[in-house]
Amino acid sequence: MTDVRPLIRDELLPPSRPPRRHLISIADLSRRDVERLLALSRTFSRSLEREVKKLPTLRGYTVVNMFFESSTRTSSSFELAAKRLSADVMSIKAAGSSVDKGESLKDTALTIGAYDPDVVVIRHPHIGAPNLVVRHTGAHVVNAGDGKHQHPTQALLDLFTIDERFGGIEGLHVAIVGDVLHSRVARSNIQALVLMGARVTLVGPPPLIPRGIEAMGCEVAHDIEAICAADVVYVLRMQRERMLEGANYVPSLREYSARWGVTSDRLRSGQVVMHPGPMNRGVEIAADVADAASALIERQVRSGLVVRMAVLYDLVTHGPVPVKTAAFEEVA
Amino acid sequence: MTVAAARHTLFAPAAPGSSLVIEGARVVDPGEGIDAALTVTVEDGRITRLEPGTPEPGLLLAPAFVDPHVHLRTPGREDEEDIVSGTEAAAGGGYCAILAMPNTEPVVDSAAVLGSLIERAEAEARVPVGFLAAITKGQQGAELADLGELADRGVAGFSDDGRPVVSASLLRRALQYTAATGGLIALHEEDPALSRGGHMHEGAVSAELGLGGWPSIAESTMVARDLALAGYERRPLHLLHLSARESVDELRRALAAGVEASGEVTPHHLCLTDEAVRSLDSNLKMNPPVRAEEDRLALVEGLRDGTIAAVATDHAPHARHEKEVPFEEAPFGVTGLETAFSVLHTRLVVPGVLPLETLLERMSAGPARIYGLERPRIAVGAPANLVLADLRRTWTVGAAGFRSRSTNSWLLGHTLSGQILMTLAAGHLAFRA
Repeated sequence: MTDVRPLIRDELLPPSRPPRRHLISIADLSRRDVERLLALSRTFSRSLEREVKKLPTLRGYTVVNMFFESSTRTSSSFELAAKRLSADVMSIKAAGSSVDKGESLKDTALTIGAYDPDVVVIRHPHIGAPNLVVRHTGAHVVNAGDGKHQHPTQALLDLFTIDERFGGIEGLHVAIVGDVLHSRVARSNIQALVLMGARVTLVGPPPLIPRGIEAMGCEVAHDIEAICAADVVYVLRMQRERMLEGANYVPSLREYSARWGVTSDRLRSGQVVMHPGPMNRGVEIAADVADAASALIERQVRSGLVVRMAVLYDLVTHGPVPVKTAAFEEVA
Repeated sequence: MTVAAARHTLFAPAAPGSSLVIEGARVVDPGEGIDAALTVTVEDGRITRLEPGTPEPGLLLAPAFVDPHVHLRTPGREDEEDIVSGTEAAAGGGYCAILAMPNTEPVVDSAAVLGSLIERAEAEARVPVGFLAAITKGQQGAELADLGELADRGVAGFSDDGRPVVSASLLRRALQYTAATGGLIALHEEDPALSRGGHMHEGAVSAELGLGGWPSIAESTMVARDLALAGYERRPLHLLHLSARESVDELRRALAAGVEASGEVTPHHLCLTDEAVRSLDSNLKMNPPVRAEEDRLALVEGLRDGTIAAVATDHAPHARHEKEVPFEEAPFGVTGLETAFSVLHTRLVVPGVLPLETLLERMSAGPARIYGLERPRIAVGAPANLVLADLRRTWTVGAAGFRSRSTNSWLLGHTLSGQILMTLAAGHLAFRA
């Protein structure tokens, strides 16, 4: 008999790093965490009204943005947020990087990790990519969108926007309309809104509402009239690029927009319409509704900047309540 | 099945039998009705004496295990596993025989490929190995492989495992044809149109994580279809790695109706639910996926009441770099040979969910019966196929490495109670801790 190959246990188990705070999923946050982040965001929001908008807060810290999926608003928002806090920022996009040469995410993470960045912001088409970066770098990791899983800073900026508009979130009724199945924005928003005491109703074609999602604490309706009862109508983008070819989720976009498109005659006065962008005008949202909503949609972009400043600041400066680490670190 | 039994379907080097005396163990062989403290003498590979002895606490001697579902990755991916490392892993897990699946590169779909595997097994296997061959050429689901020629060369059975036989008419032909050639048809049940894009069980957890769902009905509708075909053709059928409650129900109904069907279940489906996938650990990605608690309970009950006759590991080694990627990019499959008994002892026997005797039967006599193999047994004159375990000893998975060439165990770092101390396979000392 040959001997058992020696294999060091440490090689096989997740490396035990000192606990480090990350923002991977809204599910890792408590209500107090969210309240703290929103309060911080309000502070940073006031700083934007000054003539000189740059703060010295994160001088000497390094933030790396790794974007493996196309993004305009999120990547620019994180970059500007880090710059407004005087951090050194490096942005890496998948196109033109070693990823094109077939480098694995693990190796890219190890390479970036060798520079000892303080924060790594990652967007990736696959669920769990940020967890892998947690495992292979010593940085605080911020999930800027992983597949259909989570987009926590989007949810935080939406909370901030709603809070600014209504002066509170508890007790509000939010309808999330459209392609929930493919939407990480929807998943993060459902968790965040339920956490803060809002009532959430998902509205859309049954094939695009995932089976079992009620377990997240929301309601499901298939008739577009259900949006009438909501204070906020949150319109999701039809994510055609994520749909399986030939899956026939809806017979046609024309039929989708006739049945579930958010049009002015389906809204009542006093309702607020939001959209995470980019919008497909004439598909999930009528052009006139999009124009009328554009003021708030611009607010969302501005909220995005201050919320991301708050997240970066909070992670690096060890706020009083730790953001829970990624779930997998608790698994042996 | 009787045809297969008549043929030689397990292969190992011709080695002189071991001679030894095993003292101090509680000897349990449900098939022989034995549960007593015995001293067992093995001479030249055969059991020659069973005498009353004094038991030491925790020591168990039982018929060694038979794994009806292993991926040896040979030929083609010897970096993940080969016949030596795979059979060493098997011996370390208490197995005296294993059956290898044909989804290799190239696929085992010709007598030439099968013949070369048999020759290698006869040269280097540490425990006897049997080989299943593909039902369809290249496992493409279009044309039947040369089932007769493969049967004559010594297959243990036929399977397109890793893939379903999508065409009902092709499966029907295979069932009809093997009535003449012999060779049990074993099926991976999955309707690819329903499971497409699926990475985990479809349910509340997949909805929350945003991972594509692989619904239970993708398995159970195929199980129902194929049991109907088997009943109509009056041919036996084996269902691989059952995962859904509905599938167990279908199998139970078919057995009651007299269909000659059998099923197997893996340790991970008996122990895990989709909640575990929240960790996004790629070692929790398997096909079929682990499902809801009600499915897990139905599988345990099916194993307990005998609807499911066998535990199968579906030992599926993968290279580390292929698993160290985001969940959706990772291949399906986990290893299991070295942990199967210990984890089922820890999770099902110790808490009192499953009697030890039942587990021993489903890991040894059950799978042997399905494939018409000789049942490992403890009786004077029988070849020594024995496993010795210390049920009181605990160990940490991965701490001492693995005999398998791959490390993609879902139990990495877990502490289990019950450790294999020794395995005798076909009269030969195959493993000693």
